[in-house]
Amino acid sequence: MKTLNTILFTILTLIVSGAAQAADAVASAVVSAVAPASAIVAAAAPAAESPLNWNAIIMFLLFVAVTLVITYWAATRTKTATDFYAAGRGITGLQNGMAIAGDYMSAASFLGIAALVYMNGFYGLIFSVGWLVGWPIILFLIAERLRNLGKYTYADVVSFRLKQGPIRIMAAISSLIVVIWYLIGQAVGAGQLLHTLVPQISYRTAIVVVGALIIIYVTFGGMKATTWVQIIKAGLLLGGATLMALGVMSHEGFSFEKLFSDAVAIHPKHLDIMKSVVPIGAKANPIESISLGLTLMFGTAGLPHILMRFFTVTDAKAARKSVLYGTCFIGFFYILTFIIGFGAIVLVANKPEYVADISKSILALKGGGSMPAVYLSHALGGDFFLGFIAAVAFATILAVVSGLTLAGASALSHDIYASVIKKGKATEKEEVWVSKMAVIGLGIIAVLLGIAFEKQNVAYIVALTFSIAACTNFPILVLSIFWRGLTTRGAVLGGYTGIIGSIGLLIIGPTVWTKVLAMGPAIFPYDFPTFVVLPTVLIVAYIASVTDNSESGKKEKEAYDAQLIRAETGLGAETSASH
Amino acid sequence: MSLLIASKIQNNPKYLQLVKQRDTLSWTLSALVCIMYFGFILLIAFAPQIITQPISDTSVIPLGMIIGVGVIVASALLTGVYVYKANTTFDPIVLEIVQEASK
Repeated sequence: MKTLNTILFTILTLIVSGAAQAADAVASAVVSAVAPASAIVAAAAPAAESPLNWNAIIMFLLFVAVTLVITYWAATRTKTATDFYAAGRGITGLQNGMAIAGDYMSAASFLGIAALVYMNGFYGLIFSVGWLVGWPIILFLIAERLRNLGKYTYADVVSFRLKQGPIRIMAAISSLIVVIWYLIGQAVGAGQLLHTLVPQISYRTAIVVVGALIIIYVTFGGMKATTWVQIIKAGLLLGGATLMALGVMSHEGFSFEKLFSDAVAIHPKHLDIMKSVVPIGAKANPIESISLGLTLMFGTAGLPHILMRFFTVTDAKAARKSVLYGTCFIGFFYILTFIIGFGAIVLVANKPEYVADISKSILALKGGGSMPAVYLSHALGGDFFLGFIAAVAFATILAVVSGLTLAGASALSHDIYASVIKKGKATEKEEVWVSKMAVIGLGIIAVLLGIAFEKQNVAYIVALTFSIAACTNFPILVLSIFWRGLTTRGAVLGGYTGIIGSIGLLIIGPTVWTKVLAMGPAIFPYDFPTFVVLPTVLIVAYIASVTDNSESGKKEKEAYDAQLIRAETGLGAETSASH
Repeated sequence: MSLLIASKIQNNPKYLQLVKQRDTLSWTLSALVCIMYFGFILLIAFAPQIITQPISDTSVIPLGMIIGVGVIVASALLTGVYVYKANTTFDPIVLEIVQEASK
């Protein structure tokens, strides 16, 4: 296809120009580098004076090289739409468990939880727990039935017996909002992280490199390449975090009691870090705590890029196993990040080489709030280990962004293009082509928005994505699977209530209204709107369905029996590719 | 899936029992996880003094830390319980139902 070639050429040009910029930066840095002293001291210093962090760059390039080889391998084996969206449904339970962990353990949860613990102590554990407990729910209620009913997207499942058009448009809108906002958060994180660690690479170059790499992974290698990038990243991240936790524990004589008492002694808030159940200094707010809990738990079970992973396995049994493995990896990882956060209090706080201005605060670090885990790696294993952890953090962002981009592209191509615009008459080739174009488009949008949001406070982005997922995707998916009475009208009205309700309340809530827009006291006083929106969605979907006496509504209820048989027995479910 | 097979499955008592059994297990385990997790969250919200009391007089470790890690470990264990039950009990029944319907 000629257009495809043109587009691919454009991507290559983009990468080359990105690489050229990076090379420029590297060259000027090499010239100006005086002595290869501890790279970390220079991390926050102006670019021209800092030595280059070779360890990080070499390990990062190594990761890129390996993943590009995998992408090439995957590209030669990606022929059909099933290959592209679902890796030919040939992924095993263990592989998918690793990939789930790789898809889910974002840099935000690695650097973010460690940083939360570093600043607030015990409070960080609430997030670790919340981000894990969605997984059992996914296993008990969703995983197997999703695999049996769907093809490539979760909208396949919701529209199984409901009207294709309205359902898929609603599902695609909510998926795309989640994907794009999640992408912004990841892109800004990647830009800041890379720029802090290797100051010679500008923020923009870093984001362009991320954008270019994920476009290559996903357009050429599809779900196969994405899956293996996620598997490798999960291995690196679990390995790196385990080493860090072991380093901390060996420093503390393998005694948790000593680790926590040392942290209490060093932290400026002392015993408060074990006593505070809100961020230190904040007022306790029971409703906010409950809403946060709901958002974390059910948001996980509604993330489109996570749900999509269940279509890559051979059958429902493998889907089930993959959640067990995934939950174990993720749970283990979150316990590690907790140890890492406390380790950072002991080994990083109050150390002049890491702290920005020790006379003002012994906690505030050079390079910003997400650095405790990164500096801990330096305190434990010097420049080499720092380079390794930096490369791992970057690999983490790439893996998550690839999964997100593919999920967003499939919503556009499979749900909107093939099912709504072409009404199911698009050929496989056309659909995959549209999908690849969508990947390129989303990659470019992520880069542009990442640059636009450079100076913005992106903290509310996680709240936004998890709220929409918890209030829209999760309840509608569960209702469509378990409740015979759900009709198109109920699903669509409920779905839009979730989208509009969560976005609306977030906008008039404290984070956006007060902090981002600076409009004064928030109209809606809670950061997480889930405790209001989720019940409202269920009520709206219920009322709109039971009052739906239309002929089509009746047929949809009758069609539940056939759906239930397929969901329970797997008869008629999509099988794995035979080649 | 043909209508004939569908109606055979629909009328197979084993199928009805399977759906009932599996739904019961799914919702019971989900409720357990929710009770554990929201129990933890409600303690944080309304009884922080319980969560933050040290596990012993000489220790700085708060009780909530043990509970939190406990919730993570218990969640992983419950996923294991479900997978074990599904592998050993439900899968053979599904196989039987499908074979009987295809006869």
